[in-house]
Amino acid sequence: MSPNLAAIGYLIAAVCFIVSLRGLSSPATSQRGLQAGILGMGLAIVITLLSLQQPSVLAYVLIPAALVIGGGAGFYIARTVAMTAMPQLVAAFHSLVGLAAVFVAAGAFASPEAFHILVPGTTDTIKGLSLVEMGLGAVVGAITFTGSIIAFAKLQAIMGSAPIMLPARHVINIAIGVIILLLLIWLIVAQSTTAFVLLILFSLLIGVLLIIPIGGADMPVVVSMLNSYSGWAAAGIGFTLNNQALIITGALVGSSGAILSYIMCKAMNRSFISVILGGFGETGGAATAGGEQKPVKAGSAEDAAFMMQNAQKVIIVPGYGMAVAQAQHSVRELYDALTKEGVEVKFAIHPVAGRMPGHMNVLLAEANIPYDVVFEMDDINSEFGQADVAYVIGANDITNPAAKTDKTSPIYGMPVLDVDRAKAVFFVKRSMAAGYAGIENTLFSQDNTMMLFGDAKKMTESIVKAMTGGGH
Amino acid sequence: MELIDHSVFNLIIFVLAIFVGYYVVWSVTPALHTPLMAVTNAISSVIIVGALVAMGSGSTIALVFGFIAVVLAAVNIFGGFAVTHRMLAMFKKRG
Repeated sequence: MSPNLAAIGYLIAAVCFIVSLRGLSSPATSQRGLQAGILGMGLAIVITLLSLQQPSVLAYVLIPAALVIGGGAGFYIARTVAMTAMPQLVAAFHSLVGLAAVFVAAGAFASPEAFHILVPGTTDTIKGLSLVEMGLGAVVGAITFTGSIIAFAKLQAIMGSAPIMLPARHVINIAIGVIILLLLIWLIVAQSTTAFVLLILFSLLIGVLLIIPIGGADMPVVVSMLNSYSGWAAAGIGFTLNNQALIITGALVGSSGAILSYIMCKAMNRSFISVILGGFGETGGAATAGGEQKPVKAGSAEDAAFMMQNAQKVIIVPGYGMAVAQAQHSVRELYDALTKEGVEVKFAIHPVAGRMPGHMNVLLAEANIPYDVVFEMDDINSEFGQADVAYVIGANDITNPAAKTDKTSPIYGMPVLDVDRAKAVFFVKRSMAAGYAGIENTLFSQDNTMMLFGDAKKMTESIVKAMTGGGH
Repeated sequence: MELIDHSVFNLIIFVLAIFVGYYVVWSVTPALHTPLMAVTNAISSVIIVGALVAMGSGSTIALVFGFIAVVLAAVNIFGGFAVTHRMLAMFKKRG
């Protein structure tokens, strides 16, 4: 295929990807968008196969084999993964993009003539600019790889979610950063294989060091950030390949991840830098453990069932605890039971509820809760004042009124759901332990709050049972 | 006049694409942010084109590196699109 025709084809592929992201502006258009994305990907692969330089017979055998092995594994994983495990799946996928970028860079370094990156008239001298692009792609790819592995391990609870704080970690990180920069210069000046290998090794190391000090509740930012990195890595490789589809896609993904990181940081009222520096939630729990505890009222499932049944409007606030307890299907039963009674039920989603952006929406959709009763924080906050009951299940800090009133609170200024303004609040919680940030929730001791102590799923089931079984 | 280098053209495309990404992604509804991450994951695996070039280059070592990269990217492409499809199929309206 002529290079010009191929370039036009890649352009069409890139447009398909843009259309595919645009489709996500509403659930109604999203499936069509997805189809555009698949079309674009198919097009890009076919064009590449048609323009291969000098494929050996072995390559003709191995290319389909690689596609079948990888594709089969991907399909299998996508079919079987639980929706609650989506954050770790996405983290795992990011790590693969990162590693693939490293291998493509290595392939380009090993076989520069195939990538058209040689200085004209030479047989083995790679253009300086191409070495820069390739080196940067490999660095970002390697950081994405190990960083995502650590994020995956934390989300999958293979590693503890608490921040791991190395002494003098900032000094270590800066030192490694300088080493990477020097190796990059060495690579560009000497086209040295040693420099290339060391560059990748140090980048792998910094990827680990950057993510270990970041705690569990900051994972939405980390996952978004790694999403962004995987895009920049792809763009870097796109420059090396002189492939515009890759450059455009890398830029799209890079800015997408960056925007999501920004949204998450804003929802926590924290700066991106402070999240990256890590350590949040490390000391908080210990500091408040000794503090005095205000009296709270404990209620039963029957109390909650009675109040909700006789309410006109109930707002349900789900959080990470709902995912952990796999309670979304019980919540659906509660929604059904209340709707049948003529109660208006809405869901309120805080941007950082869960472990990744939009996590709660997917879980509620999985449980067949229609998306038009699920609202974002800004759209529903004004309605809590008219709600008879707010039912908080597995969320904590995102409902804490102290964020609005207590200037000394560590989460002061963080936007929260106005749960405290509902006429009655039922708060499902395992025990009186503090939330992730280690801050006492002043909502608990409010007059209109009743604590429901127990597992999120069992408690919701008991409420439904009390509602449907008794009293009619 | 001297010709403009490829890399400069690519930089122009790159910068413009960042702006396109910025506006397109802000229009994505927050309810679909998880599918957004899954689908961006899948499309960033268009890096597979680089892996295929490496495999078809005739060099054995590039063939090996390329093979690994194609497998990794294929996991992402098929897995990413399939899981996005699975998620989007769950989003239903009332009634």
